[in-house]
Amino acid sequence: MSDMNLTLHIWRQAKGTAAGAMKTYQVKGISEHASFLEMLDVLNEQLQEKGEEPVAFDSDCREGICGMCSLVINGRPHGPDAGTTTCQLHMRRFKNGDEIYIEPFRAGAFPVVRDLCVDRKAFDDIVAAGGYVTANVGSAPDANAVPIPKEQADRAFDAAACIGCGACVAACPNSSAMLFTAAKVAHLAHLPQGQPERLRRVKAMVTAMDAAGFGNCSNHYECEAACPKGISKDYIALMNRDYAKSVFVAKDAKAVSDGAG
Amino acid sequence: MSWFVSYVRSSVGAKQLMAVTGLGLVLFAIVHMIGHLGMFSGRDHYNAYAHFLQGLGGLKWIARGGLLTIFVVHMITGISLARANAAARPQKYVVQRYTRTTFYARTMALTGLVVLAFIVYHLMHFTLGWIQPDYFHHLDDKGRYDAYSMFVLGFKNTGILISYLVAVTLLCLHLAHGAGSWLQSLGLNHPKYAVLTKNAGPALALILIAGYLAPPLGVAFNLIKL
Repeated sequence: MSDMNLTLHIWRQAKGTAAGAMKTYQVKGISEHASFLEMLDVLNEQLQEKGEEPVAFDSDCREGICGMCSLVINGRPHGPDAGTTTCQLHMRRFKNGDEIYIEPFRAGAFPVVRDLCVDRKAFDDIVAAGGYVTANVGSAPDANAVPIPKEQADRAFDAAACIGCGACVAACPNSSAMLFTAAKVAHLAHLPQGQPERLRRVKAMVTAMDAAGFGNCSNHYECEAACPKGISKDYIALMNRDYAKSVFVAKDAKAVSDGAG
Repeated sequence: MSWFVSYVRSSVGAKQLMAVTGLGLVLFAIVHMIGHLGMFSGRDHYNAYAHFLQGLGGLKWIARGGLLTIFVVHMITGISLARANAAARPQKYVVQRYTRTTFYARTMALTGLVVLAFIVYHLMHFTLGWIQPDYFHHLDDKGRYDAYSMFVLGFKNTGILISYLVAVTLLCLHLAHGAGSWLQSLGLNHPKYAVLTKNAGPALALILIAGYLAPPLGVAFNLIKL
């Protein structure tokens, strides 16, 4: 198969400015074996040769596990394929002559730093509020000293597969971060080590999520469809349930007042 | 009570408030539908039902007060959530493609506002008697309010019939999302009844639209006559 020529519409926004605009570029000679990010690398080489500013975009591992790459491609976070990050999207999914719209993950809580790079620090704040267990330091405990049923461990692992990329927020009609927060809540809620702080954790993390300015969940489930790791909306139900318990059932003074931390 | 205020202001608390009040309104919608299917059992039965409701006295006012309260809470919370959600994405996408959500889930605020306007009109029509005052004070042969004739004469009016068909359709679109969504919001989910959480909304909406449209269409097609 021959190489592709493409028309790209890319969001350009200079660092430190509030306004940006879509700009159109032509790229030629893209191999169908290139990844989407490699295609952007080719574009940036062409721009640099012409003395123009390259397009800023985030990437790190380029093997789908770090959560750094983002991009909304033709209206879908991480592009058209299910269970795939942008770095794992390949140009063979496109045809010669295609027009591709590339925009940053959009949310008030994810301010654009420059071009396609957004600041996802709000996620760090949510995790810092309660996404941990308190444990004594010292030598590592023996493996399997605490028995955990297989199904339970599997469910914890399914939630822990969240790489914190923010596609859930980008896909949500309301820019809600419920799927991310629920994954972090549920991962620890399924394990014995997570139980002592379970209710104050959910309270603190939801409070941090709300404070960051994300929208509210109205059960569209676009997040689940966009998630490159297939995190289930059922974890949001678990978070809703645990949050209600932290308000109406918990007797723990910390959980009742301000949560963990 | 400050804990309760911060609960309903939280994102999870607000949607649980929407779920609980919405559930109350859905239950009312079901009872209201069943009551008016009584139009098919004739004037005597239907007027007896209306007479029974009017005769509840204090209970009637408690029910009306409760219903109004949950309706107002549902409406105010819904509007404030819709505004907050719109504000959470100040810069919109040039291209955004949805893959999972439905058009009725995405138009909840719009259908909700239209249903609100319709309910005000509906109360002015059948509860306050302002729209067709001539039909409002008929008595039947047993001296009861003749709700049956008010119903039939009301829906003989084509404009009223059409506005009702449109409003009920929009209400059922609203419920197609809402009448199942509350389960997720309250965290009531389990693989055993996942089929229920997935289909409760559309199924209930279909039942309600059939039940609500049957009596007025019965009038329009002369199955229900004076």
